[in-house]
Amino acid sequence: MSEAILTAEALQRHYEVGGGMFSSPATVRALDGASFALTPGKTLAVVGESGCGKSTLARVVTMIEPPSGGTLAIEGREVGPGGAASDRDLRAMVQIVFQDPYGSLNPRQTIGQTLMEPLKLNRPEVSAEERERRARDMLRMVGLRDEHFDRYPHMFSGGQRQRVAVGRALMLEPKILVLDEPVSALDLSIQSQVLNLLIDLQEKFQLAYLFISHDLSVVRHLADEVMVMYLGRPVEMGPKDDVFAHPRHPYTRALLSATPVADPRHEKNRIKLEGELPSPMNVPPGCPFNPRCWRASETCRESFPPYEGARHRFACYHPIED
Amino acid sequence: MSDASSATARTIAQAPPSPFRDFWNAFRENRGAVAGLLVFLLFLLIAIFAPIISPYPPDAQFRNSLLVPPVWAEGGEWQFPLGTDPLGRDMLSRLIHGARFSFFIGLVVVTVATFFGVVIGVIAGFSPRWLDTIIMRIMDIVLSFPSLLMALVLVAILGPSLLNAMVAIAIVLQPHFVRLTRAAVISERTRDYVTAARVAGAGKLRIMFRTVLPNCLAPIIVQAALSFSTAILDAAALGFLGMGAQPPTPEWGTMLAEAREFILRAWWVVTFPGLCILVTVLAINLMGDGLRDALDPKLKRS
Repeated sequence: MSEAILTAEALQRHYEVGGGMFSSPATVRALDGASFALTPGKTLAVVGESGCGKSTLARVVTMIEPPSGGTLAIEGREVGPGGAASDRDLRAMVQIVFQDPYGSLNPRQTIGQTLMEPLKLNRPEVSAEERERRARDMLRMVGLRDEHFDRYPHMFSGGQRQRVAVGRALMLEPKILVLDEPVSALDLSIQSQVLNLLIDLQEKFQLAYLFISHDLSVVRHLADEVMVMYLGRPVEMGPKDDVFAHPRHPYTRALLSATPVADPRHEKNRIKLEGELPSPMNVPPGCPFNPRCWRASETCRESFPPYEGARHRFACYHPIED
Repeated sequence: MSDASSATARTIAQAPPSPFRDFWNAFRENRGAVAGLLVFLLFLLIAIFAPIISPYPPDAQFRNSLLVPPVWAEGGEWQFPLGTDPLGRDMLSRLIHGARFSFFIGLVVVTVATFFGVVIGVIAGFSPRWLDTIIMRIMDIVLSFPSLLMALVLVAILGPSLLNAMVAIAIVLQPHFVRLTRAAVISERTRDYVTAARVAGAGKLRIMFRTVLPNCLAPIIVQAALSFSTAILDAAALGFLGMGAQPPTPEWGTMLAEAREFILRAWWVVTFPGLCILVTVLAINLMGDGLRDALDPKLKRS
């Protein structure tokens, strides 16, 4: 196994909300202690339901927002407390592809301008001709044609736009690509095209992917490692096959049982979770999953379980054995 | 068969419509707007070529022909197609030169108000909440005065002159631009492409003025067009009250004020400047409505 390129240790991101003139602000624990590592050429998939902190994780790793606690290190260099805006080199190494291809491209910029902008801002030493040549190369690499260079985003389909977004992210030759649900806004047939493009690019450039998704079948297709999150905390993580075949945490089990299977004779033994996802403003004490867990005991309500296991880690007092 | 397929091939190969073409097609649908645009352009040409078109200088007096009625009225002369005023000056020449002042006022006021309004609005949209609150409350205070009264007070402080009147009107109009820009900026700046620009390494100023602002321009352009007519109208009102352009300047509002005592004796000295103001303002408002229909995606028919 090769060296990790990015390591996160107990990464936290809290938000203060409310707090008008007369009320004290409440704290939202959007991300509450996530530890993981990314390796070149491998994909770590982050799964979980809406509101579990997946997108916050993406924003913290991309240094759009500074972490409130914990450490983030890229190639052994720790990201500064100011959110690393100070360090352009580090910032250029992590790029992001957003979920919504309709909102992530500037409608007033041509595709060419969009692709050239990162170079213009970060590599002033590159000449204008060289910049345009690289942008045109990138356009071909993500499967678009040369004549698309001078068109505006509104002339493209969702899949084509997402290709442009991937191209823009790769213009600075990053080592890490954060993919925040990159295909969930696309048609099923387009999804696989974009996913295959991503796989090809990963092999070509040995990129480390942080792939955020709620679509487990996509994760099964693409991931090397899987991290399951619940209310801002990873509850289980490990190699994809282990996690899918032998989920240890009850939440992972419930999540997996919710994946539809295209087989009418398949026996449905779906675990239905009771209740709603608790508000991240008011996280239940102990294991955050305890109010909805069918295996919860008194201990679960008192303290957060420690992580167990070596490669396949999970945080549960009553793991599922099978 | 081959003809048909080559024809389709040609249409496909054709470049997609440019944004300007799109805009023009949408604008053209509104007939009132096109008419407004034509009248506006006509007045603009008259204003530009005023010294060439007008038969006499605006302040040339003909002492033998005071208060001559227009040609079609009894006693009218072809020498003065729209008659003369109480001092024997040709009405047509004065009105043509008045167009220059009106456009000058409109242009300067709208430019000044838009520039400062947009800059302050963008700053308010991007600033922390406390600064945003301070800026917006100041704008609310300016807006809470009736605009003409506010302009009057400012002119009273600064002293009556056309320049001061323009400054006062610009100050009164500018909060509208601040509000509009701020609202547009706030809704745009959370979009993913702005975050993407930040990840790409764009600085704060670049994001404010190169990434976000161009995407907020449509409502600002509409507001600028509509403010053009407000500026002309307010300047005329100030001129009428003696607080704007001073006589003998051939400004339409000032002309109205000068002719006030002759309303009953010589209807043409009041009617024509008033008509000019009416037609210009109406044309610009029609044009502005068309602009809004064409530029505002929320009202766009698809």
